[in-house]
Amino acid sequence: MTTELPPGLALQKVDERIMTLNVGPQHPGSGHMRIIVQIDGDYIVACDPDPGYVHRGEEKMAEYRNYITNIPHLERPVIHDSCNILYPYVLGVEELLGIEVPERAKYIRVIASELNRCIYTMYWLAIYGIFLGHSTMFMWPAGDRELLIDLMEKMSGARVTHAHFVPGGVRNDLPPNFEDVCLRQVNYFEKRIKEYAAIFYDNPILIARTEKTGILSRQDAIRLGTTGSVLRASGVDYDLRKKEPYDVYDELDFQTNVLKEGDSYARSKVPWLDMMESCRIIRNALEKMPKSGSVRVKLKPNPKGGDDSVYKRVESGRGSLGCYIVSDKKPEPYRVKLSVGSFRNLIALPYLLKGEKLGNMPSVYWSLNYWPVEADR
Amino acid sequence: MLKDLITPENANVFVGKLGDILEKAIDKPLGYAINWGRIWSLWPVHIETACCSVEFGAASSPRYDVERFGIIEAFGSLRQCDLIVVQGTITRKMAPRLRLVYDQMPEPKYVIAMGACAITGGLYFDSYNVLPGIDGVIPVDVYVPGCPPRPETLIQGCMLLQEKIKRMKARKFV
Amino acid sequence: MMSEEKESIETTEKQTPADKKPAATKEVDLPAFEKGIADKIVAKFGEKTKVAFVKPDRVRINVDKENVHAVAEFIRDELNFDHAESVSGVDYPQDKEIEVVYHLGSYTDASLARQVLVLATRAPREENPIPGNDGTKLPSLRDIFYSVEFFEREVFEMLGVYFNGHPDNRRLLLPEDWADLPPLRKDFAIKGR
Repeated sequence: MTTELPPGLALQKVDERIMTLNVGPQHPGSGHMRIIVQIDGDYIVACDPDPGYVHRGEEKMAEYRNYITNIPHLERPVIHDSCNILYPYVLGVEELLGIEVPERAKYIRVIASELNRCIYTMYWLAIYGIFLGHSTMFMWPAGDRELLIDLMEKMSGARVTHAHFVPGGVRNDLPPNFEDVCLRQVNYFEKRIKEYAAIFYDNPILIARTEKTGILSRQDAIRLGTTGSVLRASGVDYDLRKKEPYDVYDELDFQTNVLKEGDSYARSKVPWLDMMESCRIIRNALEKMPKSGSVRVKLKPNPKGGDDSVYKRVESGRGSLGCYIVSDKKPEPYRVKLSVGSFRNLIALPYLLKGEKLGNMPSVYWSLNYWPVEADR
Repeated sequence: MLKDLITPENANVFVGKLGDILEKAIDKPLGYAINWGRIWSLWPVHIETACCSVEFGAASSPRYDVERFGIIEAFGSLRQCDLIVVQGTITRKMAPRLRLVYDQMPEPKYVIAMGACAITGGLYFDSYNVLPGIDGVIPVDVYVPGCPPRPETLIQGCMLLQEKIKRMKARKFV
Repeated sequence: MMSEEKESIETTEKQTPADKKPAATKEVDLPAFEKGIADKIVAKFGEKTKVAFVKPDRVRINVDKENVHAVAEFIRDELNFDHAESVSGVDYPQDKEIEVVYHLGSYTDASLARQVLVLATRAPREENPIPGNDGTKLPSLRDIFYSVEFFEREVFEMLGVYFNGHPDNRRLLLPEDWADLPPLRKDFAIKGR
């Protein structure tokens, strides 16, 4: 056994009353990060999130790979939402290289990214159930998301890491008979998620634990620059699929869900409501999709961008996801920066936890729709 | 006389010694039974290190249901656990924590390296912050390849570990 | 919306004098609303700002580090951009400069919902950096856009740009015992490449 702890592992003593607690990285209620909380009795005085346990240097690696070989590792931060995290990168590369995407590919992308949003949200919901000690809420979403994973597996060939989006379209066309299977599974899926209200969202214990905890007001949500469901739960109607429609979102029929309360309960409800809209989008897209046609524009090997920079953003499962690409006429990008929703929402955590009870920490923390691997990149 | 020897300060030492003696005595005749007990109650530590935790979660979901093989869903304190499933990339920040977790676990303990990153560094072989595999940090019993491994692969890895435990001496550490 | 043809007539940052905006070359193609935003900033600050490009939904302004605070304040108060979407640092060793790029967006103003204003500024770059104790310093925009707090901490550790006036210039993602160059600098080579 080592006697001297490495830096960062030692606990510091602040004062007689106040105690410092390390929550994570080995803790059922932390995920892949550490939250250093200072507590006075049962109340949190200060909180300092310490991410970076999965910092893998994606942005540095992207400078050593060309535009196409960047795809597999750039989707690894959120492997269960891999289509959405690739989306801004692919859109940006298309703008840099000046590629026009075929119509059918755009619809396939929208379907894939909505399926992925549901897969992500279901996993998030399952972990939220675990955080609150609600085991059924782990089992139900974890089981139901397999339905959609099957669809994505049919479409791309992999369970979670699809690498399905490429600059110029999608990697391959839909398998035969996909539309019917997709429609059937999605309809069943929608029926299932409506049942969650009975065991989870209308559950008096859940309501008692999450309502009026961690309230983020509208002004603060804007000031802190939060995004996605956190922002929409605080009463700001901002969804990039509506506000800056990419691909074919402007032709599809859906609405955004906005709640006013801004507490943990509202934040946990918005993604669930979004999933129903996703089902609606998928059905609508399946209807409007051209039945045949090309799905991919052939690129030259080692495509080079101009002397330019682009910033593209999409609405992922966790909110706005931006990708800033600087190119310098080489096959490799000069700089790739992912501005991810999780990282932007993390700033709200110290703010929300101040004055909160320690027991509410897991519910407030996970209601921020936070995925640590993505925040660390 | 025994009463004088055992004080509250050294009681646990005596109990530990007694356990050692007992274990040595019953290793020959009862080793198989002890191992049998260990096989069907593997408790993984709840330590997530990277994105493979998604598939680890999927493995305990209703479709794959790893519990039917005696590997219980990751929960509870690490003092009660005997298995680490290293779920993916170990970064330089995580490595000392992983070792700390391993050191705090009681014997016997087993390690499954899940995913290409935990085995060799995988996709992140040239990243500045990723260790090239966890062998340098903790000893590994079973390697489960894949990026990420499918839940079936993870289950097979767990079954291989059970096979391995079956053939181990019950008293693994002297 | 995506089918809108590309109307970018960007020139590189150095060749564009501030008074000769890219609009002067091809006025018909420029999106009017975005040009209005750029014009407002140029009308207020004149020589101090350079409009690098005006694309659909994207306007890029290059500012010196002395003026970045004033320009950002003007952008927040007069142009209603209220949060930072992203802050990224880009290293340019050949210019001996590090560029910090703020992508600003707006939630409150519905007409600006599509827009991203790109505010870029440059800090001098040292060959042998001592992060926090050398000349690579910029004024922090944290008092203007609260949302840049974690982003600026990230830029500090990844590129060694110290932000004056930032309340919490600590390390965020890298290990506590990191003693190498800031990893996103171009002269930090990763092994085997």
